Amino acid sequence: MGMSRNAKINVLLLLVVVALAVLPLALGLGDDEEEPFTGADAQAETAITEIDPDYEPWFSPLYEPPSGEIESALFAVQAAIGAGVLAYYFGLRRGRRQGEQRALARRDAGAPPDTAVPRDAAAGAERESGV
Amino acid sequence: MVPVSQETGQGASTIHEVLERVVRAMHIAEGFLPPAHAVAWGAASAPFVVHGVRSLTREVREHPESTLLLGASGAFTFVLSALKLPSVTGSCSHPTGTGLGAILFRPPAMAVLGTITLLFQALLLAHGGLTTLGANVFSMAIAGPWAGYAVYRLLRRYAVPLMVAVFFGAFVADLSTYCVTSVQLALAFPDPGSGFLGALGKFGTIFAVTQIPLAVSEGLLTVLVMRLLVQSSKGELTRLGVLVAGKRAEAKPAGSEAVA
Repeated sequence: MGMSRNAKINVLLLLVVVALAVLPLALGLGDDEEEPFTGADAQAETAITEIDPDYEPWFSPLYEPPSGEIESALFAVQAAIGAGVLAYYFGLRRGRRQGEQRALARRDAGAPPDTAVPRDAAAGAERESGV
Repeated sequence: MVPVSQETGQGASTIHEVLERVVRAMHIAEGFLPPAHAVAWGAASAPFVVHGVRSLTREVREHPESTLLLGASGAFTFVLSALKLPSVTGSCSHPTGTGLGAILFRPPAMAVLGTITLLFQALLLAHGGLTTLGANVFSMAIAGPWAGYAVYRLLRRYAVPLMVAVFFGAFVADLSTYCVTSVQLALAFPDPGSGFLGALGKFGTIFAVTQIPLAVSEGLLTVLVMRLLVQSSKGELTRLGVLVAGKRAEAKPAGSEAVA
């Protein structure tokens, strides 16, 4: 397959991350917990209850998602905003680079001497085709 | 240590309910630091955040072209701190994503970007909180980025390959955030028998063991994004000093940096 060495390494990195997330599930590492794969808070809770059973929080959140579903939706929104901005960034860079290469190729190959684009104009064209 | 029965009456069950949200993964929940601690951590964080806002404003004014990459660094923190991942301890936690921005733009920038992320989570997700914002900012937006950045710089000084240094920088930024959270909780809830150190051991083992595989994941994801940046944003990385144009490029065959 025509996958570059670079792309292979990137895919490999992603696979290792996925494996690190899936292995604890696949190996059933949460099986002996009462509630498997809750937040690490479940354990910190026990620790604090042991240390100070009388502690009362003195402030509560201004807004609380009404259910676990809404909460995960909001977490998904957070991830989506982040992923969207990252994708925009890399998309923009990729477009600019391609525009740059196209402009260079056009200058090197096709253009007869009298219509050759000066370097400044080529840079302008890159910017346009990039965005 | 007195084992606490859960059937000691109504008061206990309310406490139990609230304690369930004590530490959502890493952030300390709303109202769960005594007022004196909340104020102290807020006071400790404030100068860092103010300094961060100043240096970020200067950066954007002097290099408007870096705004996009700054946004991407903030976005990386947004994605990673929304990813709750299962860990070997049978519980879940999430990475921080602060190492990348600290390496690219130095830690003061992350004091701002991390605070924005924490505010978003405190206001919309009831994750972390306003009264604990100071403490959470200190661990995730200040201590983590500085620790990760220090390790990154140290490794680079000894000519460790870029991607190896990036991995350990992100790994340390992630893990040290948890260590600081453990210290903060242990200071607020010292063990009646074994004191601060006893409580630190308890919180530390809970968090550190859960977090180690996640810190590895964060390191790998940061390396992945840095590799994409090396391909797409060479000029920017050179200006920021991540890629060295002069000596190092001569010492190594061209391109070895990109695939290291």
